[in-house]
Amino acid sequence: MATNEADVFDRLGRGLSALGAWIDDRFPMTKLIKEHATEYYASKNFNFWYGFGVIATVVLVMQLVTGIFLTMNYKPSADGAFASVEYIMRDVDWGWLIRYLHSTGASAFFIVVYLHMFRGLLYGSYKKPRELVWIIGMFIYLCLMAEAFFGYLLPWGNMSYWGAQVIVSLFGAIPVIGNGLAEWIRGDFYISDITLNRFFAFHVIAVPLALVALVVVHIMALHEVGSNNPDGIEIKDYKGPDGHPIDGVAFHPYHTSKDLVIIVIFLILFSAVVFFVPDMGGYFLEHANFEPANALKTPEHIAPVWYFTPFYAMLRAVPNKLLGVVLMGSAVLLPFFLPWLDRCRVKSIRYRGAIYKVALAVFAVSFLALGYLGMQPPTGAVVTLAQIFTVLYFGFFLSMPFYSRVEKTKPVPTRVTP
Amino acid sequence: MAESTGFTRRHFLTVATVVTGGAGVIATAVPFVSSFKPSARAQALGAPIEVDVSKLELGALLKVEWRGHPIYILHRSDEMIASLKKDAGLLRDPESKDSEQPSYATNEYRSIKPAYLVLEGVCTHLGCAPMPRFEVAPADLGPQWPGGFLCPCHGSKFDLAGRVFQGVPAPTNLSVPPYRYINDSTILIGSDTGNS
Repeated sequence: MATNEADVFDRLGRGLSALGAWIDDRFPMTKLIKEHATEYYASKNFNFWYGFGVIATVVLVMQLVTGIFLTMNYKPSADGAFASVEYIMRDVDWGWLIRYLHSTGASAFFIVVYLHMFRGLLYGSYKKPRELVWIIGMFIYLCLMAEAFFGYLLPWGNMSYWGAQVIVSLFGAIPVIGNGLAEWIRGDFYISDITLNRFFAFHVIAVPLALVALVVVHIMALHEVGSNNPDGIEIKDYKGPDGHPIDGVAFHPYHTSKDLVIIVIFLILFSAVVFFVPDMGGYFLEHANFEPANALKTPEHIAPVWYFTPFYAMLRAVPNKLLGVVLMGSAVLLPFFLPWLDRCRVKSIRYRGAIYKVALAVFAVSFLALGYLGMQPPTGAVVTLAQIFTVLYFGFFLSMPFYSRVEKTKPVPTRVTP
Repeated sequence: MAESTGFTRRHFLTVATVVTGGAGVIATAVPFVSSFKPSARAQALGAPIEVDVSKLELGALLKVEWRGHPIYILHRSDEMIASLKKDAGLLRDPESKDSEQPSYATNEYRSIKPAYLVLEGVCTHLGCAPMPRFEVAPADLGPQWPGGFLCPCHGSKFDLAGRVFQGVPAPTNLSVPPYRYINDSTILIGSDTGNS
């Protein structure tokens, strides 16, 4: 009996490897698995900051799946959109869950991506040789902003409507071509059915395609140069006799098994929000958006969803339309240049000087403060504070070439520390 | 014979092919880019509208929709009209030199008849609808507030003629749409030509 059973598995195993060989002759399956998983070596001293990349991937997949299922019941027209979202929430079996997963997923995506980017700032992950990894990542962030903006119009609530009105009007600030450009984006003289229909097209096909392609390129570029680590050391410089980095462990099974734990922790927290506070008290789903779009009435306190409020606060801080728009655009584009603004050779914050630690702390506080101020009504003190924090935000980037050059760094070890 | 530049028939054909192909790509892009412009239907829906203002009380604001924009019609009282003279020093463009309005509304009231103000309720900053705030000197707007419009989005302020105050993000006064009186109490919004 026992030998027979072993026989069966033996034959099955031989069949599977024959199938694998057949595929490998036609498609580099084993080669890809080795390059990106079983023989991709990443540092053994990753801390929790290194979990946000994998969580972002999980959220991306979740947004794609829930999004596909939402389109099956959603109607992209000014007459039908608001009602179809309510229909999904009330009449479609489990529709409320799919919709809340998608709406909460949008905020989760930004939380995770902001932390993922902050990790880059902490450990110098944007520095040589990872400049392109960082720049591709910034393009992903731009796509994500576009995706969130287009998606936000789709429920056709009053905040959706006026949010789109404000953002599209930003283009109107460009001299000469501005108004024509805004009209071209809307396809109408105001945010109308036509605008909604094309934003739907962007949200469900154009931007997601670009997003997925960029994520693939981001990971390919990362695996070409190798992952950074909390010590900011190139583990490739110290290889063992087997040719693999001594301080690295294979991505699969070592990092994947650790990532599973991280994913479970994330899903527990995420589910708690989805099931208990899906609107997050008005921060994830704004209260003004529970009434249909009204072209004649701007909500009394208009503010974008929380992930855009830092930039929104900067826009409001400048009492000049064109300058405000230029400033906001620069704030989004400045991080692209980080690999060249930072003149310090040391990557990790563990070995960098006090001046960078202070600058990074000021930057983080400014970003959070601007995020808070962007949600408040634009009264005197709020605008003044926003102006101060806007100066600090820009100061972090623009004075970096100077302070990072004179920074007193600590000696960097040659091998990673636990 | 002069030294060869290395530019061969093959190079020429390559460049010619790329240029021809590029021209084709640009030509193909035209219909796709143009399909984004307002369609014939969207343009046709912008026809003028008639508004009866005979029942509009003194000091009251009427909002109507034209081309998807809110149009504000304000029946100004004598105190409201008087306030326009007092606030000129606080304004960015008190004489409406840099703002958009028809020539017949380029006056101190920014209207054909002083009593009836017709405005596009579209903030010249980013297009929100400014809220009526007609009370004088409320706590949140300060003692100098003469009554006017406050944009809820970015705090731009306009007086009772839609003129923008200094120190706010909106660059110009609220626009006045083309309009004319069909009779004493009926306004045609969207057109200022044709028979009365």
